[in-house]
Amino acid sequence: MKVMNCPLNGPRNISEFVWGGEVKPMPDETKLSDREWAEYVFLENNTAGVVREWWCHVPTSFWFIAERNTVTDEIVKTYPASEVFKARVDFAPKSERAKP
Amino acid sequence: MLPAFLPTGLLKYGLRKKYPAFRYIPGPSELKSHYDVVIIGGGGHALACAYYLARNHGITNVCVLERGYLAGGNTARNTAIIRSNYLTPEGVKFYEESLRLYRDLSQDLDFNILYSERGHFTLAHTDAAMRTSRWRAEVNKHLGVDSELIYPDDIAKLCPSLNMSEDVRYPILGALYHPPGSIARHDAVAWGYAARASQMGVEIHQQTGVTGLVIEGGKVKGVETTRGRIGAGQVMQAVAGMTSVVADMAGFKLPIRTIPLQACVSVPLKPFLDQIIVSGSLHVYVSQSSRGELVMGGSTDPYGLYSTRSTLDFKEGLLGHMLELLPMLGEVKILRQWAGMADMTPDFSPVMGLTPVENYYIDSGWGTWGFKATPVCGKTMAYTIANNKPHALIKPFSYERFLTYSQVGEKGAASVGH
Repeated sequence: MKVMNCPLNGPRNISEFVWGGEVKPMPDETKLSDREWAEYVFLENNTAGVVREWWCHVPTSFWFIAERNTVTDEIVKTYPASEVFKARVDFAPKSERAKP
Repeated sequence: MLPAFLPTGLLKYGLRKKYPAFRYIPGPSELKSHYDVVIIGGGGHALACAYYLARNHGITNVCVLERGYLAGGNTARNTAIIRSNYLTPEGVKFYEESLRLYRDLSQDLDFNILYSERGHFTLAHTDAAMRTSRWRAEVNKHLGVDSELIYPDDIAKLCPSLNMSEDVRYPILGALYHPPGSIARHDAVAWGYAARASQMGVEIHQQTGVTGLVIEGGKVKGVETTRGRIGAGQVMQAVAGMTSVVADMAGFKLPIRTIPLQACVSVPLKPFLDQIIVSGSLHVYVSQSSRGELVMGGSTDPYGLYSTRSTLDFKEGLLGHMLELLPMLGEVKILRQWAGMADMTPDFSPVMGLTPVENYYIDSGWGTWGFKATPVCGKTMAYTIANNKPHALIKPFSYERFLTYSQVGEKGAASVGH
């Protein structure tokens, strides 16, 4: 069994994890056309090489980030999402958002 | 003294010093500087397209470029199942045409593809799966495809080897029965197309990788290969697994993730399983080949990878369910295992036709449903290239559908659980 190192739970079997796809920055949806939004949602880089991806440890529902080589199947490193996302993302409609 | 009745031809052959190998396609040759159509990839789809370009449209200045050896990718790695009992009307019409072409293909190519009609059973173990089966059966019947929902008493009669006990984790509640479901020899399909295409003048170059594309003013002009640059009027890519990498050379992104799909075969057994047995809920499909091996496959791997490695997880998951369906296999050994790199799309339908680059065409997104589509893909892509407009059957599968929110949700695909 392949082992992945969960930043919260330590090394666990890969079967406990779910792959969440590439980490890509979310564009400002209020400034996008429908077509541009579809490009963000559907089109993939599908890189052959080292990629930064979302993974989830299912038993604890813990989402984190893993750097993984998609050619050699090596997990380079894993770390909590807070290392990349410093601020909370506000998903409320713009008019209802808290003023910074 | 030789007996007078000995045929001299046979004698001459017997005394010869050299026995030249019989070739289906001509040996290696120099690349020309320009072709009307260049096809990237040398699998079943590419070879079928080359064949129909030559036969249906009279376009014979065609070159097929294969990085490795002919039909050594997913054409060699599928489980050779052919069926048309899909869920969406777009999918059903498309695969029905493919099945029709497959039926006559041995005669058409004068090449035995060992087409064998077996009957295809998609087992249902849950109420949700029964609902999807009923839905699929109705869509199929409406479009003239032989398909019906049957219940355990009929399944037991038609597939006597199946374990119909209710004393298992997932008892069989019913099945979508598709009598025309078939298997064929995958290598023969590719070789048949290759042999006839090259007889009509198509050039097939193996060990020739594509390293880049020549694009001027949004129009493709040629291809950079490991053996130098060649000019091209039109270019098609049919490179399942490496689709995104090649499309990146053309400068566009696709709604595709490359995910391995694994399969295995057992040691050869005496024939006991005529039918093709599939279970969407258990992620199992199995049929017995003409060699007696049980050809078994499951769902795609849980995460994306550009690799054809096999895993123990896959075998544990697949064979656990397999033993529930066919408990007598307990002592049977696995003979071979392998994996292919599948192009998975979010809606489980292919991506075919025109691309943002002029004169550049794509045949991709063949996730777990590519082999059964080989003839129809070749035919419709050849039409698309010859007329520079998508064939009616593949219009719904255009690259544009994701950008206009008109996906074709194909829940009848092998990798979809119900």
